[in-house]
Amino acid sequence: MTLFLSVSNQMDLINEGTILIGMDYLFFAKYAPLYYEGALLALNIAAISVILSIMVGLCCACIHYYKVPLLKPSVSIYIELSRNTPLLVQLFFLYFGLPKMGIRFESESCAIIALTFLGGSYMSEAFRSGLESIGKLQLESGLSIGLNKIQLMRYVVLPQAFAIALPAIGANIIFLIKETSMLSVVALEDPMFVAKDLIGMNSDTKEALLLLVVTYIVMILPLSLILTFIEKKVRHAGYGH
Amino acid sequence: MLDTGIKVLFEGNNITRLLDGLWVTTRIALISVILSVFFGTIIGIGWSSRFRIIHVFARFYLEIMRIMPILVLLFLFYFGLTRIAHINLNAEMASIIVFTLWGTAEMSDLVRGALTSLPKHQKESGLALGLKSFDIYFYILVPQAIRRLLPATINLTTRIIKSTSLVVLIGVVELLKVGQQIIETASLLRNQTAAFWVYAVIFLLYFIICYPISQLSFHLEKKWQS
Amino acid sequence: MHPTDEIILSLDKINKSYDDRIVLHEISLDVKKGEVVVVIGPSGCGKSTLLRCINGLEPIQNGRIRLNDQTITDVGTDWTKVRQHIGMVFQSYDLFPHMTVIENILLGPIKAQKRSKKEVEAQAELLLERVGLLDRKTAYPRQLSGGQKQRVAIIRALCMNPDIMLFDEVTASLDPEMVREVLDVMLQLAKSGMTMIIVTHEMAFAKAVADRVLFMDNGYIVESGKPEEFFNAPQTQRAKKFLNQFKFSENREDEA
Repeated sequence: MTLFLSVSNQMDLINEGTILIGMDYLFFAKYAPLYYEGALLALNIAAISVILSIMVGLCCACIHYYKVPLLKPSVSIYIELSRNTPLLVQLFFLYFGLPKMGIRFESESCAIIALTFLGGSYMSEAFRSGLESIGKLQLESGLSIGLNKIQLMRYVVLPQAFAIALPAIGANIIFLIKETSMLSVVALEDPMFVAKDLIGMNSDTKEALLLLVVTYIVMILPLSLILTFIEKKVRHAGYGH
Repeated sequence: MLDTGIKVLFEGNNITRLLDGLWVTTRIALISVILSVFFGTIIGIGWSSRFRIIHVFARFYLEIMRIMPILVLLFLFYFGLTRIAHINLNAEMASIIVFTLWGTAEMSDLVRGALTSLPKHQKESGLALGLKSFDIYFYILVPQAIRRLLPATINLTTRIIKSTSLVVLIGVVELLKVGQQIIETASLLRNQTAAFWVYAVIFLLYFIICYPISQLSFHLEKKWQS
Repeated sequence: MHPTDEIILSLDKINKSYDDRIVLHEISLDVKKGEVVVVIGPSGCGKSTLLRCINGLEPIQNGRIRLNDQTITDVGTDWTKVRQHIGMVFQSYDLFPHMTVIENILLGPIKAQKRSKKEVEAQAELLLERVGLLDRKTAYPRQLSGGQKQRVAIIRALCMNPDIMLFDEVTASLDPEMVREVLDVMLQLAKSGMTMIIVTHEMAFAKAVADRVLFMDNGYIVESGKPEEFFNAPQTQRAKKFLNQFKFSENREDEA
């Protein structure tokens, strides 16, 4: 944001006075609520997608971990497809491509499906690295005190794997929230949609853009700070020996 | 229904048009990756130095780039520079600027990570062998840093390639846009299922490009992990 | 306390191999209740594998293991149940890092054996006190020294009230000054009448604690006998050679 301001600042001095003085403050009062609602919509969809992604990711990671026959190769194919294609293309295919074959989704379901398709593979990788970091010895000592497989997973493996995966899970949540910025292509009125609309409608481009930036800072900065805190904590807590 | 839809791909020069669109996408990605590696390495080396002011600046820059969605950055630079600053700039240039700024931030973090993670005793054993600090840097530290860096840099490349799909939203005529144009023409000719096939092909094209690159990154990482 | 005549664990011609490498050849062994068997031998001789097979962590190809008159090598053995009767302590301190000392100890008895928390906690506290770690009850493993962790690991296994305890080179990764505190606990345990199989490289300890010493090499039990006989007058060439490696000064004089 600073970069943008400083670049445009000099130009504005010549063109229409400094950037802040040249702003239309009434614009903020009038359109801020639209951004607010857009942000709520985006966060809502992100929240649902994050929960579904975690479920999908956990399932995939467990299938991979237990090397379930037949399912494991399918999971690998899904993960590669999801990680090596852009969300935007996934959205276009779901929203514009599939209906032509008779499979139709509402905008919101479309967004949630696409975000979960994407997020599921990212979460799966996070859980997988968590699961794989639990050494064989931990498993054996769990077995040697007579735990069965489910108890071993529940009391020994998962708590440790989850703590190790936590920073990656947090990073994935932020990633998914950022990816909601594409939802306007499936006709959802997220902050991006609002900004695009306002830029197209009138000439208050810089106010529209400033509000857009502020909206995303408010949406993501707090989470990003929490994540930094968790990362430090996990590192200092020194799980493992 | 199935064959009429898929036919669109082989009509006229549609395939070449799609590949041209793909080239626009990869061109933006390639230029951005090269610039990002260059600037990112410089900033990353500065970041791993002792100058506090560079730390503060680099961290701030990285955080801004990480918080903002790429699409927001694209809007900021494209509409900000053309509409507010009245700089004459085409959408492709704006995209390259944005991907370079973003890629530079990520790259600098990778470089810093690779340099600071090198164990201290490596440098010390170099000194103990009587090497000059220049030699230590180029014969001991840099080769090790590159081994740590290369997989992550290749991975960053696939991230940039995937993100280039966004430039369609600021009006660059690339793969997705060409796809849209083909679908429009086809629907005039009552080809109803064209959209399905065209977007499926675009999906696969991205996969065909990104998959080998991410496999390469994965294998290098495995190979050099020790 | 001397071993009784009741046989608690019986191995009958155990064979074990990895791919085409044979690790255990026709191993037969009877362990009496209260007996302390120490297994020694060069690294890779199969002694650790032997313990792991008894605890079902490694499958065996053929042979039979009986614990308390139950054949545990049959197909369909409920290892979860069997392992509740076998305590095992590993070389690396294998405590669960996300749990406190007391949580580590209580996990097995409460979850696997379904015993009451109150009862197990009282037992755990008694045992912790005996090894001088009661004040570390709520500490996390990362806050303990290697020797402390290993003592907790022993108590974790003991709290399951096992019929037999297996020790797999439990002092091998400890700093030298911590070896003693762990060996003392094991010695105490042996005196209290616990049946134990101990794999170790500590020869002086082996001599002190063992009722019987087994010398293994290349997957065979090469020698078996009372500790004083074995250490003072080993019967086989291989055992002599192995024991010689622990006598640095004499070796040097020989070479000179």
